[in-house]
Amino acid sequence: MSVRDKRLNLEDLTVSFDGFKALNKLTLYVDPGELLCIIGPNGAGKTTMMDVITGKTRPDSGTAQFGSDINLLELSEAEIVAAGIGRKFQKPTVFEQLTVFENLELALAGTRSFLKTLRAHITPAQHERIDHVLDIIGLSRLRGAPGRILAHGQKQWLEIGMLLMQNPELLLVDEPVAGMTPQEIERTSELLLSLAGEHSVVVVEHDMAFVRSIARRVTVLHEGHVIAEGDMDKVQNDPRVIEVYLGV
Amino acid sequence: MFRLWNSKAGGDRGGAWFLALLALVAVAVPVLNQVVPSSSSFHISAFGITLIGKYLCYGMLALAVDLIWGYCGILSLGHAAFFALGGYAMGMYLMRQIGPRGVYGNPILPDFMVFLNYKSLPWFWYGFNHFLFALAMMILVPGLLALVFGWFAFRSRVTGVYFSIITQALTYALMLAFFRNDMGFGGNNGFTDFKDIVGFDLHADSTHVVLLVVTAAALAASYMACRAIVDSRAGRVIRAIRDAESRTRFLGYPVESYKLWLFVFSAVVAGIAGALYVPQIGIINPSEFSPINSIEAVIWVAVGGRGTLYGAIVGAILVNYAKTYLTGAFPEVWLYALGGLFVLVTLFLPRGIIGLFSGRSKDKSAAANATPVE
Repeated sequence: MSVRDKRLNLEDLTVSFDGFKALNKLTLYVDPGELLCIIGPNGAGKTTMMDVITGKTRPDSGTAQFGSDINLLELSEAEIVAAGIGRKFQKPTVFEQLTVFENLELALAGTRSFLKTLRAHITPAQHERIDHVLDIIGLSRLRGAPGRILAHGQKQWLEIGMLLMQNPELLLVDEPVAGMTPQEIERTSELLLSLAGEHSVVVVEHDMAFVRSIARRVTVLHEGHVIAEGDMDKVQNDPRVIEVYLGV
Repeated sequence: MFRLWNSKAGGDRGGAWFLALLALVAVAVPVLNQVVPSSSSFHISAFGITLIGKYLCYGMLALAVDLIWGYCGILSLGHAAFFALGGYAMGMYLMRQIGPRGVYGNPILPDFMVFLNYKSLPWFWYGFNHFLFALAMMILVPGLLALVFGWFAFRSRVTGVYFSIITQALTYALMLAFFRNDMGFGGNNGFTDFKDIVGFDLHADSTHVVLLVVTAAALAASYMACRAIVDSRAGRVIRAIRDAESRTRFLGYPVESYKLWLFVFSAVVAGIAGALYVPQIGIINPSEFSPINSIEAVIWVAVGGRGTLYGAIVGAILVNYAKTYLTGAFPEVWLYALGGLFVLVTLFLPRGIIGLFSGRSKDKSAAANATPVE
């Protein structure tokens, strides 16, 4: 596949903080509909990479291209969201006093102004969209429940659902299974696998068993650049990976 | 889908009860005053009419406070300032209506201006002889102050206790300003000795009955407007801001503009309440701006039940009824009683008096809906 067919195309990204290179000529591609897992020890640059993609941090050099013609480095954070990149942060924040349904309603793409939302009604198409997302995240039966009573895992799924409401082409998911029970982890891997295909999904995770269960392709970061790439068995047997991360 | 509306039906049921009671008051009280002879023990005196009218005005102020505090988490400790400004706008109209009937008989200048050696009417008094102009000012003055004040405060991301403190400073500064004689608002005496309103004698019982009915209608209309706001999608955004402001901003909502419009609307409701208060009470002076008044309004809301709208109104009426009774029977204990009430409600009734009646039913139904998926 040529570069033009990639969903996300990062080349030679370098970010330094006071001389420390958080990213060092990072080059990475994400295919359309792919589920890519990124692993790496602390300080490898995983979060900085997410920050660059979402516009929170600007690189010193390099390029970040989304789709065939969008230069992410020229867009603001809000414009990047509108362009179709959704990011889920580590700590789930859902609206505790609103119901699951209302949480998704507020995440609907569309008007944001006070006077318009004062008169806004859910159209049948929007209702269908919310029902569809409720189905995907498995919270259909909890639609009327307030956010505060959800379990930790359910909050994570609801937040993924809120991202899906905007129908992003690329989902960035930061440590989705931290603090989850084994059942919740299993449910989350099903959820992320079901999203791949329709969306490109990039997952940053520490939990090796989880990564093994979902990843088709794994990228290992170390000191701001990629040191290994491939399926889980391949990267686990890579001597450099064993040296810096897995085997010690 | 039906479960979604469950939690709202509770709010609407309480609201429907409240509106029905308000309609009953608006019909029964005039009858008990005008039709039932004064010899009957069911007769309501002119004093009683004024008292009920006053409670309803306070109810409207409490409604305004609950809209921003209960739903958006903006704790204004200066809302009585908007109430007083609406009252002053009405007072200016009523002063101009006195005309040559004042003590000094000056057809243009109100008595206090003659007394203070004013030669001509200050420019900002022009137009207040027309009721419609005054009516516009009752809405515009509190609204514009809230717009300017809110714009600066919300733009600078002033929130929480800092916002509360600057609203206290706002009302205190206005009080000091209005106390000055050369402000042109009657200094510490304020305005009083009103004669009539839109041609009706303010000393007649019938005028007070009409004012009471108008106040009840204004309260009902404000309640329904506030209910419409909080039940709309904008209302859900407002509650989202209360719970997780930065998350709401992250979803793309202009949080500052939501807060600002809600604050302005709330100030206008408070201003209308103040405008209706003045002709019924017959006086407006700078003590209406005193910081304690705004704090009392917050206590009414807390006592009645925050975040229900009708609870705030019920709280305002009950606390003020207690105040009328206690300041008559045991004048020295009132402030202690008010303080004690606030502490007790905060400790034992976090959802206020209304919370006693609705019990924990909301949480129960929520828990019932929360059966696990698998």
